[in-house]
Amino acid sequence: MTFHSILFAKAEDGRQKTPAAPAFVADLNLDQVITAITAGRQAYDLKPFFYTLLHDVDSVHYRHEIMRDLENESLLESIKSFSQKMVVVRRYLALIGKLEFKYHKEGWMLEAAAHYCEAVTGLTRDLGHADLSSRGLLEFRAYLTKYTRSHGFESLATEAQKSKAELASIRYCVIFKGSAVSVRKYEAETDYSAEVEKIFERFEQGAVEDHRVKLTIASGMNHVEAQILDFIARLYPNVFAGLDRFCARHSDFVDDPISAFSREIQFYVAYLEYIAKLKQASLAFCYPQVSDTDKHVCAYGAFDLALAAKRVAEKAAIVCNDFYLQGPERVFVVSGPNQGGKTTFARMFGQLHTLASLGCPVPGTEAQLFLCDTIFTHFEEEEDIQNLHGKLQDDLIRIHAILDKATPHSSIIMNEIFTSTTLADAVFLSEEIMERIIQLDALCVCVTFIDELASLSASTVSMVSTVVPEDPAVRTYKIVRKPADGLAYALSIAEKHRLTYGWVKERVKP
Amino acid sequence: MKVFLLHRDRDFDMQRPLPAHEPELMQDLELGVMLGAMARGDRFLFEVARRVVLCGENDLDTLRYRQAILQDCLNNPAVVREIYQITIDSIENKRRQWLGMFGREPAAILSGAVKLMQMFLELLRGLRAIADQHADGFESKGFARFFAAVKTELDDEYLAAVEHHLQELGFRRGILLSAELGPGNEGAGYVLRRPNAHQGNRLTRALTQRSPVYTFHIHPRDEYGARAVSDLKERGMNLVANALAQSADHIDSFFEVLRIELAFYIACLNLHAQLGEIGHGVCFPTLVAPDERRHSFAGLYDVCLALTMNRQVVGNAVMADKVDLVTITGANQGGKSTFLRSIGLAQLMMQCGMFVPADSFCANLCAGLFTHFKRKEDAAMKSGKLDEELSRMSVIVDRLTPNALVLFNESFAATNEREGSEIARQIVSALVERRVKVFFVTHLYALARGFYDTGRADTIFLVAERRADGERTFKMVEGEPTQTSYGKDLYHSVFGDPESGGLGEAPG
Repeated sequence: MTFHSILFAKAEDGRQKTPAAPAFVADLNLDQVITAITAGRQAYDLKPFFYTLLHDVDSVHYRHEIMRDLENESLLESIKSFSQKMVVVRRYLALIGKLEFKYHKEGWMLEAAAHYCEAVTGLTRDLGHADLSSRGLLEFRAYLTKYTRSHGFESLATEAQKSKAELASIRYCVIFKGSAVSVRKYEAETDYSAEVEKIFERFEQGAVEDHRVKLTIASGMNHVEAQILDFIARLYPNVFAGLDRFCARHSDFVDDPISAFSREIQFYVAYLEYIAKLKQASLAFCYPQVSDTDKHVCAYGAFDLALAAKRVAEKAAIVCNDFYLQGPERVFVVSGPNQGGKTTFARMFGQLHTLASLGCPVPGTEAQLFLCDTIFTHFEEEEDIQNLHGKLQDDLIRIHAILDKATPHSSIIMNEIFTSTTLADAVFLSEEIMERIIQLDALCVCVTFIDELASLSASTVSMVSTVVPEDPAVRTYKIVRKPADGLAYALSIAEKHRLTYGWVKERVKP
Repeated sequence: MKVFLLHRDRDFDMQRPLPAHEPELMQDLELGVMLGAMARGDRFLFEVARRVVLCGENDLDTLRYRQAILQDCLNNPAVVREIYQITIDSIENKRRQWLGMFGREPAAILSGAVKLMQMFLELLRGLRAIADQHADGFESKGFARFFAAVKTELDDEYLAAVEHHLQELGFRRGILLSAELGPGNEGAGYVLRRPNAHQGNRLTRALTQRSPVYTFHIHPRDEYGARAVSDLKERGMNLVANALAQSADHIDSFFEVLRIELAFYIACLNLHAQLGEIGHGVCFPTLVAPDERRHSFAGLYDVCLALTMNRQVVGNAVMADKVDLVTITGANQGGKSTFLRSIGLAQLMMQCGMFVPADSFCANLCAGLFTHFKRKEDAAMKSGKLDEELSRMSVIVDRLTPNALVLFNESFAATNEREGSEIARQIVSALVERRVKVFFVTHLYALARGFYDTGRADTIFLVAERRADGERTFKMVEGEPTQTSYGKDLYHSVFGDPESGGLGEAPG
């Protein structure tokens, strides 16, 4: 019996690698999200998993099941501690190959084995107690149970523990005088550094530089240290004989499927930990319905994950938004006042679809999402140096490239296109582009200042960022389905700087 | 042993960030002039004065504590300068002898630290001597505590014990380390030990010993081995070297803190002396809590103007208690900007514990001083001038809290008067309602008039005085906002047209 993969329902999916971030990741601010998710987990090399979209419903469900199992916090904790220990095991084993002296190598081997046993035993015990229903974890538990009951593993565990305890109890002294180096057991001499610290303690002025020299550790042992270690072995002969026997018996102890599991399971752990912080701030996540045929997508109470993380850190409120498509609708045209959350809405749409294709829970209380083959984004690039003509041309080239590659299964997200040309040009070009997208039947979000696009065809849905009716200066950050309307502002420039009476009172907190 | 001459219970933090709007304060209040006079060419004094002045406090207790210490300094300038000199000596000795500070390895660190300690020991003895001789002439709580600490912490017995330890740390009798086996059977937890008393006596050792002793020798030509041995010794000495070097650092930072905190008072002494030479007096302000509204003073002058002109300048008297908004209108070149600067400078000086340039001065502390002054148009700027003014204002608004003080100097004049006044009215009204105190120098008649006509009790209206013959007194007097700023006067005075003084239309 063996175990295939905790991430991929089908063996062949695991072999597709996406080592670099697809272009849309940065535009959707998912690079920030993925960096935050994988922070502190560099050893597992998780980013490629977050760049690899799944395209079939069963593969997504395989992950959903595992995610749901891992929502059990104590199970999540035990998985985390398991994976951390396995990282250490791999590091120690890599080290042994570079070492020279016998007792030094044996020492690291023992250390690695002890960590490994602890990791595997702990995980087996914890999975045994857990109430599992996912295909992935059930299969893995069965595999693990059988493994830990094997004679090979049991003797590894008991012998490692014994040998380690004996070595840890050793205390010795080294005396340097002239060319002589003497080794003997420790006889309770007092700590001289502490005495020195004490006499000068009254001058303490808060933090000062640490003058302890960083010692080069573990990359080797010189012959003097090796000689000292040999003398210690002579002071404690039985302990070292035990170590020799241990290493002779257990040379290659790490099991491959367990090792792979320890890395791959981190995909789930990392994501769940990340969203846990947001859930604490009362933000909802849900397992979306996914389909690879039905484009009637919807989401309720959804939000931009990157923005939410930032706002939660600042303890600020987060505005959630809804969207749905029905009948022939495929394209959201988002217009309305600036700084009203239009771009955020567009990013949110893209993020939700990306996360759905990764088999992750998505922001929102309820969602139905489409498994896109890929997502195309067109966000404005800051290019002040170029002249207007150059920028417009550049925009068109980029959009042409997108339309060339897009299929009816793609999603296209365009943010403020053609801002660098005259209104008449922008209207004309935007309508042309939109017609092509509508022809293609792809899902699309288009953020624009051009109201005309909102009512282009039956495929388009007009969404508008809204303001508080009594005080147009106050944005609600709600994007709602309604016809586009141009809003005019008095004191528009003060408004732009948020310096009207209402704004100033709002901004200077009492 | 602590210095605590700027705060009752902590050191002054030189790393504390300056207010983000420090460049605006420096520029708008011409602070450089005052700081220059405080520093007298000494860059360190300048830097400390800049930090202490700009990182003001709004805690009454701390400021009263500093005022008393500053009074002591004014009474005993020579003693204070003598203590300051010890801290300078410390730095100069160090610079001369320990260029790279300690070495890179524990043994070198240790011997460096021993030498450095010996140098500090002499300076500490000097400090003790000053405390013994002069402590009686000081009255403030800050100095009383400081001198008491010096006398008790640096008593003779202690100084002798320190000297003894510095000798012991030469290790003439070999080095004894204890250790244990860490991961990978590598020696770990090396600790330098003081040998037990019975060791060295062979007979006793032979009788009591339980452990065999195994010895090997490093061959004289085994350089790698010798290197390895010294590495191990270094490990053992690592902690003790660290302990001693950190102790040296602590004493070093004690002198450094003393130098920083005294530098502020030395800088105040310098400024006091220069104002005295000009013939200007100063006074300690009466401090009032931030949530009250006081601003009453007499003879308040612009210290930077006095220093620049190097002569006495006109002082102003205003009674503006229970006032949230002061508008200042009136003649061009009538001293409005100077007056506004003097308000800002006095506030900063008061809030760092200094004296203020006035005959008498009483004001509430503020939660941050902000300036919004008219700026020259920047040719490279993408946005227009009003846009630039508003974006600066927006940055200020982000930093404002209730009880802040904002000084506006001809703000929002980059558009027509009606629009400028409306923008300013909205901003100022909102600020005042949020308990922000505002001084507003303006030519926007509609703005000042609007406030005047609403008859607000929390507002006073000052006018730069202009005699009937057109002469400016540079005095601010209370009065109704006037329709013209007398730009025509200025025009005539510059162009030499004799027909001066007539009331005309305000220039567009």
